[in-house]
Amino acid sequence: MKSLKTLNHNLSDPAYQLHVLNNHSESLRQQPKFEEKLKDINLFPLRPTGIEIFQVNLGYMCNMTCKHCHVDAGPDRTEVMSKETLQHCLEALRHSDISTVDLTGGAPEMNPHFRWFLEEVSELGKDVIVRSNLTILTTAPKYQALPEFFAEHQVEVTCSLPFYNKSRTDRQRGEGTYDRSIKALKKLNDIGYGKEETELELNLVYNPAGAFLPGGQEGLENEFKRQLARKHDITFNNLFTITNLPISRYLNFLLESGNLDEYMDKLITSFNPAAAKGVMCRNTISVGWDGTLYDCDFNQMLEMPVEEDAPRHISEWNESELNSREIRINQHCFGCTAGAGSSCGGATT
Amino acid sequence: MSDTYYNPKDLKKFEDVGEFGPELAEKFFDYYGAVFEEGALSAREKALIALAVSHTVQCPYCIDAYTSESLEKGASEEQMMEAVHVASAIRGGSSLVHGVQMMNKTKDLSM
Repeated sequence: MKSLKTLNHNLSDPAYQLHVLNNHSESLRQQPKFEEKLKDINLFPLRPTGIEIFQVNLGYMCNMTCKHCHVDAGPDRTEVMSKETLQHCLEALRHSDISTVDLTGGAPEMNPHFRWFLEEVSELGKDVIVRSNLTILTTAPKYQALPEFFAEHQVEVTCSLPFYNKSRTDRQRGEGTYDRSIKALKKLNDIGYGKEETELELNLVYNPAGAFLPGGQEGLENEFKRQLARKHDITFNNLFTITNLPISRYLNFLLESGNLDEYMDKLITSFNPAAAKGVMCRNTISVGWDGTLYDCDFNQMLEMPVEEDAPRHISEWNESELNSREIRINQHCFGCTAGAGSSCGGATT
Repeated sequence: MSDTYYNPKDLKKFEDVGEFGPELAEKFFDYYGAVFEEGALSAREKALIALAVSHTVQCPYCIDAYTSESLEKGASEEQMMEAVHVASAIRGGSSLVHGVQMMNKTKDLSM
């Protein structure tokens, strides 16, 4: 499967995506705006609570082309963060109390400077999270050796696994994904990840494989633990439920399946003020592959950099100015405030 | 006016049934909400039971709602179809078991 960008699909244009979300149908035009919902609860303009998580998108290159990917990542994407930009990231982190560095992509492991950068971040004493698609850990020998490298640096590994069975997982992420994911999880377990007696944290990320919301995180975690233990003797620490945001390939799925209006309606009617207070953009900064700063990974994909008055590139890093910025919002933000809320760390309420 | 008895958009109007009788509707929805809370049965198990019952009472609104609910609660397609077969088995069995009554009556009437 090719990326929307390679296909020159009209949804590869972020401006067009925002136009669709706001104007595609009479129903969408009539929906309340996210800004209005925030005003109703005195949360507008939305401001940071202080940056705690420094999320780095190491590039859009990936060995997979999942149907729901909001990044439109794939083997045909060539955007990769340069060493110079990574050095700017290290410089920013060196002068900051930010505790957590969250590495994402694409497949972050495919960045040629991945190991070097992770070691440098680790030396700064930061907690490191790697967002792995699992299957990359079963490909070339250099990737197969990564679990030990992660363990050596006490990295938290947070992996995508959309479901505990093969059919639904493969439908969303491609044929063979489930078997390769299980193989990678077993390897991680074998070296101590996800085991009670170690401190090597292994978390799974659940995205609904379709036009529905994730259910209660605790209930799903119990079911995943029960099924993966029963079928494969696999253990893990936490399951994070993440709502699919109507962006890029998932937006394409919603449009092609005729589910967009109903899905947006579900997100908007499920607006939860408590979830809105805890949205991840309030304590996170997202660094794009070219060093541009964004309020979150989703705004990054919609090419909505941080507001104009704030430093907009990692080379201009100024934490206090970033902490006083106004967070940019649009209709996709309803995805993070529906139900129990959604963030890279799962439900927010 | 809709030209069919069932309109998918009517499902969202379920909560409006209190318009013609708020007190009883309120009692019903309080009860309904309590029934589906996590209890001795998990919310996922309750959603699967509701899905099965929806097929037995042949309620299109309920099938729509509890298909989504079962998916959201993490049920697999296999579990959902097994729930429908449970409903079908009981539904078919409930007809068949009355065959005993037919047989009894036949025997009563026969020489």
